[in-house]
Amino acid sequence: MAPRTLFVDPSRCIGCRACEAACRECDSHKGESMVMVDFVDRAFSVATQPTVCMHCEDPVAPCAQVCPVMAILITPDGVVQQAEPSRCIACRNCVYACPFGVPKLDAQARLMKKCNLCYDRTVRGLTPWCAQACPTQALWYGDYETFVSQRRGRAVHHTVFGAQEVRTRVYHVLAEAYPKLDVVALLEAARAEVGRPERGREEAWVL
Amino acid sequence: MSVNKDIFQPARDFNYDFQSAGQPPPGWARADRLPDALVPTHCCFCGVQCGMYLRVADGQVMGVEPRDSPHNRGSLCPKGVVAYQQVNHPDRLTSPLLRRGGKGGRLERATWNEALDYVVQRWRALQAAHGRDAIAVYSGSSMANEKCYLMGKFARVGLGTRHIDYNGRLCMSSAAVAYARAFGLDRSPLPMTDIPLAECLLVVGSNVAECFPIATNWLWRARDNGARLIVIDPRETPTARTADLWLPVRPGTDIAVLNAMLRQVVHDDLVDEAYVGERTVGWEAVRAAVEPYTPEEAERIAGVPAERVVAAARLYGQAARSLILHARGIEHSSHGVDNCLACINLALARGQVGKPGSGTTMLTGQGNGQGGREVGQKANQLPGYRHIDQPEDRRFIAEVWGIPVEELPWEGAAAPEMVQLMAGGQIKSCLVACSNLMVSLPDNAVVQRALQDLDLLVVLDFFLSETAELADVVLPCSVWCEDEGTTTNMEGRVVKINQAAEPPGEARRDWEIIAELARRLGRGQYFPYRSVRELWDELRRASRGGVADYAGITWEKIDAQGGVFWPCPSEDHPGTPRLFTERFAHPDGKARFFPIAYTPPAEEPGGEYPFRLTSGRVVYHYLSGNQTRRLGFLNSQAPEPWVELHPRAAARLGISDGERVRVRTPRGAMELKAVVAPTIRPDTLFIPFHYGHAQAVNQLTNPAVDPTAKIPEYKVCAAAVERLDVPPGPGVAGPRVNFTPATAPKMFPYAVGESRTPPEAEGKVY
Repeated sequence: MAPRTLFVDPSRCIGCRACEAACRECDSHKGESMVMVDFVDRAFSVATQPTVCMHCEDPVAPCAQVCPVMAILITPDGVVQQAEPSRCIACRNCVYACPFGVPKLDAQARLMKKCNLCYDRTVRGLTPWCAQACPTQALWYGDYETFVSQRRGRAVHHTVFGAQEVRTRVYHVLAEAYPKLDVVALLEAARAEVGRPERGREEAWVL
Repeated sequence: MSVNKDIFQPARDFNYDFQSAGQPPPGWARADRLPDALVPTHCCFCGVQCGMYLRVADGQVMGVEPRDSPHNRGSLCPKGVVAYQQVNHPDRLTSPLLRRGGKGGRLERATWNEALDYVVQRWRALQAAHGRDAIAVYSGSSMANEKCYLMGKFARVGLGTRHIDYNGRLCMSSAAVAYARAFGLDRSPLPMTDIPLAECLLVVGSNVAECFPIATNWLWRARDNGARLIVIDPRETPTARTADLWLPVRPGTDIAVLNAMLRQVVHDDLVDEAYVGERTVGWEAVRAAVEPYTPEEAERIAGVPAERVVAAARLYGQAARSLILHARGIEHSSHGVDNCLACINLALARGQVGKPGSGTTMLTGQGNGQGGREVGQKANQLPGYRHIDQPEDRRFIAEVWGIPVEELPWEGAAAPEMVQLMAGGQIKSCLVACSNLMVSLPDNAVVQRALQDLDLLVVLDFFLSETAELADVVLPCSVWCEDEGTTTNMEGRVVKINQAAEPPGEARRDWEIIAELARRLGRGQYFPYRSVRELWDELRRASRGGVADYAGITWEKIDAQGGVFWPCPSEDHPGTPRLFTERFAHPDGKARFFPIAYTPPAEEPGGEYPFRLTSGRVVYHYLSGNQTRRLGFLNSQAPEPWVELHPRAAARLGISDGERVRVRTPRGAMELKAVVAPTIRPDTLFIPFHYGHAQAVNQLTNPAVDPTAKIPEYKVCAAAVERLDVPPGPGVAGPRVNFTPATAPKMFPYAVGESRTPPEAEGKVY
């Protein structure tokens, strides 16, 4: 069985921030959320996107690579931990290095903080708080085989930034390549029936 | 969709500073304390009633843990996650408050004795001078069944008044009437766990994603199985955003679309004739009634492109198992009952109701919205969904309560009518529990006058709500997890709430306060309760043999089964998750079709008011916001209301995104921020309703009500939006008014039996 990990499907995200609220309940950083939910572009859509630490695998997490004091440690099962408080010098290298914009500097504590996949919960077989709470399971926790058998969409864990490719432990879910329902064809057929063969009359509701 | 910190506080750098990301809740310093115990319970907010554990240490609630209940499978929405933070909240009321100097005075701390003596003495004087009905009880549905039951009994036995109603009247009373008429019984016919069986989901007037986030997961489970999703909504909500088909309907015109879909189903020969013949009555009249609603006619009335209506009818009609989910979008209407019946017609014609994963279902909004309307706190109802006009029902309840049947009052005024009676001076005093009228009732300038003119306004609450601010006496009560009891969620599943903490300071549990009031009124012998369980057992006895039969539901059975669905007539009965599988609840066992014609909303755009204003929820707040606006995480996401409008309308009026604008209706005006986005119809404005005072959208809404259900028309009225530098219009050219409360069908007082039309009388329901 593949290791259990997070699957992020933004198409299901309703922007409710239950993940943020739940993340704050985690015992390892109570009161602070390591998840971010953002509107993609509210001027056009209500679409929202949750951002969690992707826990990069290959190359070894960029945040850990650039840390001058080796404060960002990676567990044997591939979970990239937040900075070790006794080592972190608050230099922000990791903040700038991360391709996904995840690590945050707590200016008061002078410490980098980020998602550690609820390590206190996951080592006991529990689900991380964000995926546990997520009402639509836009954040889903489990293994790849189960995901493929139960869910729609294509799960990918390779992201390409220009010439660089990053393989991550956490998956992004993309839309299906071939949707099962052809809505356009359905509307075309209906359009012909109501005696309106031309397209572009969709906006009958304009004032 | 919600406006949040990204839009409201663009200057704040949320990406690099944790300190700015919302305020920490009180008691956060104890963050590293591990819990002594996990108390199993359910959320206090919406009708889904998600299971959760509360983390308790040293007798204090300090956090939340997931609980794998059958209907939420461990998930929680943001409201559920932070619900526990109400318990030790600094805003909690911890002692009774009394307005000693009369109406002009300030609310001051008082002892329980002083406050209760004052209330009882004033009530006695008022009843002696003006009769028993001079006092009204305005209750709520966001509290446990036992409390709802007690409020009904207290009004009718403790005070002897006929005026008892509750805020569920504003919530989904129209759906309740529609189901009672069509099926003979008012309950969602399916458990949520049935949703994944459907092949097509038709969501009508519901922003499921924001209002019932956890129910959304069941929609997605269906979609993972290949189900289609069709959404009828004037806004492109997060629910509509990913739908296969979105029908952007003009607010208040849903019937045109639903009837046109039914007509298309008929023309495509998709009517289940065998089912219609065997299990229903009245199809021919409906078939004839929908014939004029061509797709083109639907487009003309509702503004939905005709081809989308046809495509939706085809997707819906061709699915072997289809489910219609409807909510406030169609229920908050002056023809809310008709809207729901139009949905039911569609499902009955397709032969869907009574089969697994198909039919129609209502998404009940309040936590105990289902239970609250069947345990006897509705103006025309007695416990067990009994009707107060029915002689055998009156005798049965009078016997359970131990009073002579002649003493049992008759039907009283519905909530919106109660306000009219207060304004008219017939009602002199009101006891408000679990309600915030100043935010929740339409046209709230009238509500404010009515409440201020009362001789005595008594409010039970745990936070000082906008309504409590006007009260003469405020009695501090418990939040949900400081007491135990049961709630009935939107599926009809009865679940158990457990106590995790004691009420703070001098605050008391609601039922203890009510029982003490009854004792001081000299009616203590009828309220001898020592525990909630005694109340529950009395409620079970009172509901025995009724439509909503709780007789066989024990707390032990709820724990063992993960909730019990009513009806459950005996202790060895497992409960009834699916209804109507063999017969409907009418005496002949058949469902009723009702021919529905499109009627316009009470007020339509015209003159100076070219837009349709609709109101609704955001995911971060619950109802009047009295609870959620005090919780830092939730309030920081949506601290104030806004008006959403289409870029085309904004361009015409010179309004830019983020600008403060004025929204005006014939009843009032308010200023708020504009969100300009193409996620709404260009002829429609949207304002969320969770806010009070100058931010309350109910300064603007229309108080017209549905003639049967008396549900107000929150979802459509005529409005104008303008820049602040534009002088307000002279208010001459008004909108088109189809009817007003004054010209509406008859309101209170009713003659005995008058509020029941024949189908209900026959079905012995509602």
